[in-house]
Amino acid sequence: MSQSPASDAVYHTPNYLNAEKGVRSWLTTRDHKRIGVVYLALTVASFALGGFFALLLRLELLTPGPTVMDAMTYNRMFTLHGVIMIFLFMIPAIPGVFGNFFLPLMIGAEDVAFPRINLLTVYLYLVGAAIAVWGMIQGGTDTGWTFYTPYSTTTVTTLSPVLLGAFILGMGSILTGLNFIVTIHTLRAPGLTWMRLPLFVWAMYATSVIQVLATPVLGMTLLLVAVEKTFGFGIFDPARGGDPILFQHLFWFYSHPAVYIMVLPAMAVISEVVQTFARKNMFGYKAVAFSSLGIAFVGFFVWGHHLFTSGQSTFASGVFGVLSMFVGIFTAVKVFNWTATLYKGAIQVAAPFVYFLGFLYFLIFGGLTGIALSTVSLDVHWQDTYFVVAHFHFIMVGATMMAFLAALHYWWPKMFGRTYSEKWSLAAAVLVILGFNATFIPQFLLGNMGMPRRYYSYPEQFQSLNVASTAGASLLAFGFLIVLAYLLVSLFAGKAAGPNPWGSRGYEWDTPSPPDVLNFPETPVYTRGPHEYQDGPAEVKHAN
Amino acid sequence: MRTEAPSPRLAHHFPSLETQEHAARLGMWLFLATEILLFTVLFTAYAVYRYLFPAAFDEASKLAHVALGATNTVVLITSSLTVALAVHAARQGENRKVALLLAVTIAFGAVFMVLKGVEYHHHFAEGQLPGRYYHFAGLSGPGVPMYFTVYFLMTGLHGLHVLIGMGVLAWVAIKAGRGEFGPRYSTPVELGGLYWHLVDLIWIFLFPLLYLL
Repeated sequence: MSQSPASDAVYHTPNYLNAEKGVRSWLTTRDHKRIGVVYLALTVASFALGGFFALLLRLELLTPGPTVMDAMTYNRMFTLHGVIMIFLFMIPAIPGVFGNFFLPLMIGAEDVAFPRINLLTVYLYLVGAAIAVWGMIQGGTDTGWTFYTPYSTTTVTTLSPVLLGAFILGMGSILTGLNFIVTIHTLRAPGLTWMRLPLFVWAMYATSVIQVLATPVLGMTLLLVAVEKTFGFGIFDPARGGDPILFQHLFWFYSHPAVYIMVLPAMAVISEVVQTFARKNMFGYKAVAFSSLGIAFVGFFVWGHHLFTSGQSTFASGVFGVLSMFVGIFTAVKVFNWTATLYKGAIQVAAPFVYFLGFLYFLIFGGLTGIALSTVSLDVHWQDTYFVVAHFHFIMVGATMMAFLAALHYWWPKMFGRTYSEKWSLAAAVLVILGFNATFIPQFLLGNMGMPRRYYSYPEQFQSLNVASTAGASLLAFGFLIVLAYLLVSLFAGKAAGPNPWGSRGYEWDTPSPPDVLNFPETPVYTRGPHEYQDGPAEVKHAN
Repeated sequence: MRTEAPSPRLAHHFPSLETQEHAARLGMWLFLATEILLFTVLFTAYAVYRYLFPAAFDEASKLAHVALGATNTVVLITSSLTVALAVHAARQGENRKVALLLAVTIAFGAVFMVLKGVEYHHHFAEGQLPGRYYHFAGLSGPGVPMYFTVYFLMTGLHGLHVLIGMGVLAWVAIKAGRGEFGPRYSTPVELGGLYWHLVDLIWIFLFPLLYLL
């Protein structure tokens, strides 16, 4: 807790939203908080686009045979859906929005280490997104987001703009990670030792390490595919002496750790939410902090579990399978600690807490099916079926999306200084969680029955479960629309939130809402860790 | 000409100049790590294809121009020396010397690119080209075009980095010309130098792999 608490009297400068006016001031801002808000607008727009394509996919799968589109259109749609959701939403969302906004506030800094590079990442995102989406609309890409060779290098659809877009987005991701690492190393306020860092910061640090070390590999690999596709060099095409399995190794060397780029920030958010809403210090702070690094480390050595059916040696598959299970151990450490934090806590039920419960359930369910999938003999049965689709949607949409929503609801009053409707937020949270289950549990069953992924048609006996899944997707979409509606209402008509509506002892609540343009009137000095509730919650500060 | 010890502008969010310099250096090292990983993909591809086509790579690498490659190696190593001397001079505040040494470094880079261009010209003229463009009569067989695919990708990406490095050093040289460096401030020279050393280092691995093995 800092020695300069948020008494409004000490702030003489305007809050970050009012500091400057006009579109230009937003486009050229170097304020980490404004950049976070820009990322919020961009990633939510991308999510809406990706979600729209998901709904079209579910619509097509309502009946066996062609429903609303032909096979080629369907292939382009699921590629669009995958590329947008992964590269434009899942990877940049939580680091870009909440990492940018709260990481400096949580370490008592005025900004990230390189504010101009931070702004550059926004433009890399815009340019990369524009090129990728333009390419997909122009010619469409039918390879899926995995771009497997030799199909991707011989497909008649346009591929290179999508690859180039993903490369540019990757550069933005690298620079965000680099910026956070340097910020955490150099800009911690006095007294803020590593063991006093908020757990959000620890997990963002682990995420950043993966972003910096894995993304260049993907970038180069995608460039090689683009070169091969454009010039026919024969890098991965077996017809020209290339090795398509090499592509799979290089691709998953990034893309499996990328799963942890998506899920570690979710865990980061959850650690904050659980402490605030249980009014408890984290049970096993160090275990939670280091398990993030553990996931980041082990995550680099598990990529081979995507190649169980590629002709990889049985020994290698076994090693990759066992290493993959280590991720389960580190994740279980976190799940155990979050649950233990709830024990004897003074639980406050609000939307972020409901999303936390949803997160916990999706993570456990998705995680356990992940361990089942890392078992070689089982995976051979499930490879490329809807079981895999349901598994990774449980982790990526289930867990990460729940955490994104938890973060949005938890920090919304801090970011915009306004409250939202409690009643509607709880209703929407329940709807989203139910809709999500209804969408993906049928897909587990379908996959187990042998329905392969990425087909626009299926045998008739699969129809009832597909109808259930499509109905669930509609429910889910409806839930998201409600969230969007009441948050927009809150933005323009919400009541003033006050500096600390949750009574949280997280460092970031030690500022006015919305925060001051320079964050703190003077550099805070920290004399104890975050979220120390042994003396009770912080004073709940509402606006009046 | 020795200038008064110039001092950089302290950005508002850094508590001290030391922290600001520390952040810049840490950021640069992380960036260099990403550069190495970028090249790692190509080194991996090299290893895999050398393993798949050992005889073809053996024969094809004899088509590389060892004399030109060796000269280029000497040129780049020497340029690493001049850039290191420039860092030393910057810390002494000898800005003119910094600019001069960087100009020499850039000239070495240009020599490297010219010699590389001569090599490329020979390969083009002989039809020693990547993938399906390969039409050299003297050597054929599976794996030989792959050697040239890997060769052009690796040296091409490296050449691009040499050009970027020359640009970065030119920018630093202009700053030196304005007399910006001294005992308190030499970070841009150091970081530009680090980048140049990396470019040099990558070549030191490329040369034996592509020309000698």
